[in-house]
Amino acid sequence: MTKPSLTKHIRSLRPWLGLASLLAGFLLWQFAAQTGGLPSFILPTPVDVWSRFVRAAADRSLFLHMGVTLTEILSGLLAGVAAATCLGYLVAKSRLLENLLAPYLVASQAVPLVAIAPLLVIWFGPGMFSKILICALIVFFPVLVNTVVGVRAVPPALYDLMGSLRATRTQILLKLEVPAALPIFLGGLRIGATLSVIGAVVGEFVGADRGLGFLINVGRGQYDTSLVFVAIFALVVMALVLYGMVAWFEKRLLIWQETSHTL
Amino acid sequence: MSSNPILTVSNLTVTFPDNNGGLRALDEVSFEVCPQEFICVLGPSGSGKTTLLRVLAGLLPPTMGEVNFGDHQQPRIGMVFQQSNLMPWRTVLENIRLPLELTGAADAESRARELIDLVGLTGFENNWPRDLSGGMAQRVAIARALIHDPDLLLLDEPFGALDALTRERMWMELSRIWQARQKTVVMVTHSINESLFLADRVLVLSARPGHVKLDLEVDLPRPRVDDIRYTPPFGQLARKLKAAIE
Ligand SMILES: Nc1ncnc2c1ncn2[C@@H]1O[C@H](COP(=O)(O)OP(=O)(O)O)[C@@H](O)[C@H]1O
Ligand SMILES: [Mg+2]
Repeated sequence: MTKPSLTKHIRSLRPWLGLASLLAGFLLWQFAAQTGGLPSFILPTPVDVWSRFVRAAADRSLFLHMGVTLTEILSGLLAGVAAATCLGYLVAKSRLLENLLAPYLVASQAVPLVAIAPLLVIWFGPGMFSKILICALIVFFPVLVNTVVGVRAVPPALYDLMGSLRATRTQILLKLEVPAALPIFLGGLRIGATLSVIGAVVGEFVGADRGLGFLINVGRGQYDTSLVFVAIFALVVMALVLYGMVAWFEKRLLIWQETSHTL
Repeated sequence: MSSNPILTVSNLTVTFPDNNGGLRALDEVSFEVCPQEFICVLGPSGSGKTTLLRVLAGLLPPTMGEVNFGDHQQPRIGMVFQQSNLMPWRTVLENIRLPLELTGAADAESRARELIDLVGLTGFENNWPRDLSGGMAQRVAIARALIHDPDLLLLDEPFGALDALTRERMWMELSRIWQARQKTVVMVTHSINESLFLADRVLVLSARPGHVKLDLEVDLPRPRVDDIRYTPPFGQLARKLKAAIE
């Protein structure tokens, strides 16, 4: 084999390296749990977790809880992003509004959401609504900040261009401000998507009778640690899919940004 | 010139608010522009050249005085900025098409392609602005300023950021386009050579606050080729402009 084709060969293997390392990790875990002498309710083996997963999947309870948490995450994300984007745009456009809202925004950041989650559950009950609210609140701030920064970063010269062409306010919004603010906005959305998973789980910890956070609580209470692992893995998968979707959108929407080839 | 002016500027004064009584950028500026005339505005930096163009484009209201556009009350403006000012999220074609998208013309696509040919960018329709050299980007900006058939073309030091060689090639292109399209042009520059290559008339603004210090007719024959700068009339006009600027 010649040298360049060898390096090419190695490069084509690269995507598999991550998978191989993950597999090695599981093997190590299996080995450690089996030989470590720890009881299964402290550290279950991957095989234990897998069989627990199969059981929870068979009676469909896992998917029920996943569905609940996913609904909370997506509704909260949607509500939080919608509110933050609208308010963020107005704040970016009005110093007056910014000054009026600044103390609330700063205070809302200083209060850890985990601390007020119980309050929200008291006020809005243990159902899905309080979780959606917690999700929305946790998503709100990063999306708001990035919307403000994104809209303020629109080059003034492009406003002059649109003005010289007699563009209407709506045209300026749709053809200038939205696309120009998009890169920074999507950065905020990516952070928000990650946080929304945390928000839903925190809400369910505090008080719920459904959802993956609830499932973790149940597993802990019954020393069914395998179930806790199953729930954690389900959360990880959901978070990764969500993050991946935002990243995929970001890549699709921002192809013009990539510095691939030059003329 | 004999025809009615397309643009009359009378006693235009612009004052920007600041801490001590306002900063006067333009002071009683008056001039007329005839249809299809090519006017260059020369002046030291800070003399209010950009401010003048922004008032003409309707981006800034005059503090005092008037800007009149003959029978067009809302003239269509094509503007080229010092930086190409393209939208990085739009391809070359999409950038050029923008003015027509705002007014909603049906033949936007074909007119954009026609202009791409005119400015010599055929084959680059689908490139992103990040892939363009400075000269190419500025040609895209010129095409964008022409596509909606403006009544008045405003250019703000459009070639300032280019190297000398590219700049001189752009002069040739611009005067070719100007002759092909029969546009009225007001172009800001700080280069005496540039103004004498291109203009029918040169206005010289004084240092801040800018007022018209000299309004000079450039009666050099067209088309103006490179060698023209070594002819005596060119030298005389250049000397006059130089004296007015200093
Ligand atoms: N929007 C503005 N606010 C305050 N001052 C301004 C503004 N625009 C321009 N100026 C001032 O007006 C003067 C003329 O500026 P400008 O028209 O850009 O000059 P030029 O283009 O000839 O260099 C400068 O002193 C500049 O600082
Ligand atoms: Mg300027």
